[in-house]
Amino acid sequence: MATEASTGEPPEAPAGPEGAQPRHGLRILILWVVASVICCPIVYFVWGPHLPPGDMSSSAANQQFDLQVLGTIATPVLLGVLIYMGYALTFWRAKDGDETDGPPIHGNTKIQVTWIAATTTIVLALFAFGTVELVTVQGAGAGEGPQPIWKPDSSTILQVQVIGQQWAWTYRYPQFGGFETAQLELPLNEPVQFNVTSLDVIHGFWAYQLGVKADANPGVNNVAYTTPKHTGSFVVRCSELCGLWHGAMFDYGKVVTASAFQTWAQQTETQLASVTKMLPPYALTYDPTDIANLGKVLVQLGIGGAGGGYYPPNDPEQP
Amino acid sequence: MSLPARVTTLLVAFAAVAAVVTFVAVHFILSSPPVENYTPYASGGQVNVVLQTDPQNTVTNKPDWVSYFIQNPQTKQWVHTTYFAVPAATKVNITIEGYDGCTPLRNPVWGQVTGTIGGVEYVNGTAVSQLNSWSGCNVQHTFTMAGLGINVPIASPTTLNENNNLCGTSPCTSGPHQVVTFSFRTPAKGGTFRWQCIIPCGGGYVDGNGGPMATPGYMSGQMEVQA
Repeated sequence: MATEASTGEPPEAPAGPEGAQPRHGLRILILWVVASVICCPIVYFVWGPHLPPGDMSSSAANQQFDLQVLGTIATPVLLGVLIYMGYALTFWRAKDGDETDGPPIHGNTKIQVTWIAATTTIVLALFAFGTVELVTVQGAGAGEGPQPIWKPDSSTILQVQVIGQQWAWTYRYPQFGGFETAQLELPLNEPVQFNVTSLDVIHGFWAYQLGVKADANPGVNNVAYTTPKHTGSFVVRCSELCGLWHGAMFDYGKVVTASAFQTWAQQTETQLASVTKMLPPYALTYDPTDIANLGKVLVQLGIGGAGGGYYPPNDPEQP
Repeated sequence: MSLPARVTTLLVAFAAVAAVVTFVAVHFILSSPPVENYTPYASGGQVNVVLQTDPQNTVTNKPDWVSYFIQNPQTKQWVHTTYFAVPAATKVNITIEGYDGCTPLRNPVWGQVTGTIGGVEYVNGTAVSQLNSWSGCNVQHTFTMAGLGINVPIASPTTLNENNNLCGTSPCTSGPHQVVTFSFRTPAKGGTFRWQCIIPCGGGYVDGNGGPMATPGYMSGQMEVQA
């Protein structure tokens, strides 16, 4: 003991006879490779097609593909951790009564370099993958702001304005006379541009099965794209806590065939013609506190204050 | 301090905190306006529900908040609530006595009557399918129940003189007002359907969205459909 203390050298681990030590690293590697070869295809091909949000639209299908890829990449990482932990618990367990310290571990350059290289490669590859996935599906169904960078390569894009207000959604179709309705219908296989805005607080337009999610901000046009690929219904929810009845701020949209959509849109345009006349001209945003018609009526009637007034934002009495 | 004293102090402090938390949860979070149950009063597959809108609310400590009231089906007394219950698969005939003055809709699309039988409301007996609140003083609030696709703009007194002489004591029994009636059918299955006035009528709050717009029992409520 006195010699160890004076030299500072750690005690050597007891070594068995040459070749008696099993090659733990190789064992773990083989287990990991075999498990990964089995599990990765299962994750991609069996579990993958059932991952959310499905494949109802181009953006939804791409989000599902992204989750499949990310899940498949994550599988070997997860397996590596679990296998190493299981192996350590099984083979490196301390025996009863053994209270000696484990062997001292110094750095291992090979492992460190491999670790840094592998993780750097994975992160950079995911960065490139993520960027490509944003570009190829025109923003991946997310709100891109008023001036979207990635747009569909199509000459016919259906414009649908999404208007949020406490606590309901309405939808305006500028290519069909600008009618506004609480029904959201979309044509199959036709690119759609959602122009999302709000008349009051911040809402979140979340068409779940379409893989579309864009904040609805007052005074801002937030653009999102998708192309419906399957007919059926989808749910629209508000994804921003927006007040008392936020939880009830949802409705259901439909994807129908192109011909059925044309019929519905033309009929609705005709049916709502008188209502459309009441609406302000179509615009990408609306400021209901600064509408000439509104002001005219108020001025003409001399109405203001409680019981008849309109309450502008410059008249706040915070609770 | 002795051990028993420390334990006692700890228990008393814990009990005090628990009591405060319970009081807050029960009194402020879990409390809701009373429910006017119209189900026992349905007959012949119909039920009549009567509400009123007031320009103020002198029966609570928020006198400057606009509010709905619902008539108790038995006593015919007005109750400060917006919660009511009706039976499933029943024709509901709603009567709203609108005592408030006009306020333009933030989005004129809600001037259209939807979800009612015939797609109309009756204003003092006259069928109306839409009201343009930007072209005249004619809408005070709405009865909007998105879950059933129902939207009814509530007509208002139309002249400046009427708007300046609105009822001043709640619940209103006299003063300029309009009577709006409409009907709809409740679904066969039970459920709770939230309804609201979609005009931001919280006077004095940012964009009119606070106060009575953000508090159940004033300009928003629930209809419970009992199967």
